[in-house]
Amino acid sequence: MSTIAAKRKLKSVHDVSGAANLTFNVFFWIYTAICIFPLLLILIVSFTDEKSVLVNGYSLFPQKLSLGAYDFLLNDWSNVLTSYGVSIFVTLFGTVVSLGLMALYAYPISRRDFKHRGLFSFVMFFTLLYNAGLVPFYILYTQYLDLQNTILALMLPYFVQGFFVLILKTFFTNSVPTALLESAKIDGAGEWRIFAQIVLPLSLPVLATVGLFCTLNYWNDWFQSLLFINDNKMVSIQFRMYKALLDLQFLSTNSQAYTAILAANPNFQMPSETVRMAMAVVGIGPIVFVYPYFQRFFVKGLTVGAVKG
Amino acid sequence: MEQAVPTNPAAAAVRKTAKQNQGYWQRFGVFYLMMAPALLVLLLNNYLPMLGSVIAFKNVNYSLGVLKSPWVGFQNFEYLFSTTDAWQITRNTLVYNVIFIILNLFVGVAFALMFNSLRSRRLSKLFQTAMFLPYFLSWVVITYLVFGFLNPEIGLMNKTILPWFGVKEPIDWYTEPSYWMYILPVVNTWKGIGYYAVIYLAAIIGIDQEYYEAATIDGASKWRQVWAITIPLIRPVIIVLMLLQIGRIFYADFGLFFQVTRDAGSLYDTTLVIDTYVYKGFIVTGDIGMSSAAGMYQAVVGFVLVLISNLVIRRISKDDALF
Repeated sequence: MSTIAAKRKLKSVHDVSGAANLTFNVFFWIYTAICIFPLLLILIVSFTDEKSVLVNGYSLFPQKLSLGAYDFLLNDWSNVLTSYGVSIFVTLFGTVVSLGLMALYAYPISRRDFKHRGLFSFVMFFTLLYNAGLVPFYILYTQYLDLQNTILALMLPYFVQGFFVLILKTFFTNSVPTALLESAKIDGAGEWRIFAQIVLPLSLPVLATVGLFCTLNYWNDWFQSLLFINDNKMVSIQFRMYKALLDLQFLSTNSQAYTAILAANPNFQMPSETVRMAMAVVGIGPIVFVYPYFQRFFVKGLTVGAVKG
Repeated sequence: MEQAVPTNPAAAAVRKTAKQNQGYWQRFGVFYLMMAPALLVLLLNNYLPMLGSVIAFKNVNYSLGVLKSPWVGFQNFEYLFSTTDAWQITRNTLVYNVIFIILNLFVGVAFALMFNSLRSRRLSKLFQTAMFLPYFLSWVVITYLVFGFLNPEIGLMNKTILPWFGVKEPIDWYTEPSYWMYILPVVNTWKGIGYYAVIYLAAIIGIDQEYYEAATIDGASKWRQVWAITIPLIRPVIIVLMLLQIGRIFYADFGLFFQVTRDAGSLYDTTLVIDTYVYKGFIVTGDIGMSSAAGMYQAVVGFVLVLISNLVIRRISKDDALF
């Protein structure tokens, strides 16, 4: 009797029958495979011999392995390295500046004693409701601000994002005690000091979450490059991948261009499937290794984000 | 004693507000300084382009500049709506977004419920981590993945999977628009569902356990508990997420529709959406007037839709409205 009671107590209220639990487990194992399989596939194809791929198609169990694709990419290593540099710089610098700007905006509008908090919250919120669209944005950037082919064009559009500011504001309002701010004020601390030494340290979870979202945005962005960058030295890694896909497509459909390249360099070997996948592996880059650590923050932070501003 | 001092009450009041204002600026002036850089960015990225919306009513000539270009009234809009494009891009954008919203809701909540009832917490964490992986990949990488599956000659679909089911004839995925009605929702859900499932899961975990204990004592089945406790209690989260998505219902994920389809012209029938139309019309064809008209149409209708959906929700349940 007592052991049964103890067992019952251990069970959570959400527990379902053993059969249901097993079904869910099987389902999630299959779904996990569906999430990981495509990445595994491109990784293995990138290490497969080109001819083997052309004959047998993409496969997890290739007949012949080869480093040929990476060899080919190494010939292009200065370009790949430059792009990595651009992406890393944009991601690090962009994230730090974004976080700073957004936290500095969110703090005043989180203060209940600030008279214009409603007005400035609305100024931010309205950007979520109405968006002028691509054409005026592009014309402003290229004709009036002269940002074409500048690193700033890759970062400025993502510096301040309304949704993140509202997440920060919600956190500041709900999780930083007003009494603490007031006692600091009585002790003679100015607003900058309060912000830097009290608000920011107390807000690490939400700063981490928003920072990670920014990191992801910057690292994965290719659209701003598509719009504003045509200088080969400023191409981010994502955009280089996109261009590689286009170039290979162009070469495979345009025999004239191919012949021209062959004339210029008789040793040129048509880069194709495996190089494409090696490029993808390079492009995924560091994100796949760090994401399990990131994910923990996400789960915590998303709970914050789900609370409305 | 204090009341005896002022002789002229009006002058005192003015003095008092002036003094208050001085105090206000001393105290809160620093806030404006803190907000200034972000306000500058907002001005450049959001508010100045809004003024630029006048482009939709102009015949823009770069040599004259936007401001001096001649006005043409609604001519750009007339051109846009006289073509079949307007209907096609509106239909595609709306249909896909409705499908995405429904899938994100149902699959997301279903996954969250299943996660919540798994007995092993460790496995649950593992599954969540795997499910989140696609969320971290860029659309360019996903384009490569999809191409690995759908490459007509050597892709996994035509070479391996379809033969298992006895289909010997290879399918040319990138020329047949009708398949993409299914491919795009699958890809979109695969990439994004980790995000939605985790938000719903967080909401479910936040529910007080006592509701379930009471329901169990009353003999309610698991299904009944889901319908009577879980779903009603996570309703605010469901509504906020849906409002955010409805607010973007006239916008399409550029990466999904431009990259993943490899911008294949033969697929436009089911893949061209307002965003890709605006981009192509403007950057590729150089038709500034029509693209800015389409962009303005998108912005205005999107704005109206948010207001309406928020109004409807205010009517039903005031607390759940976004504003």
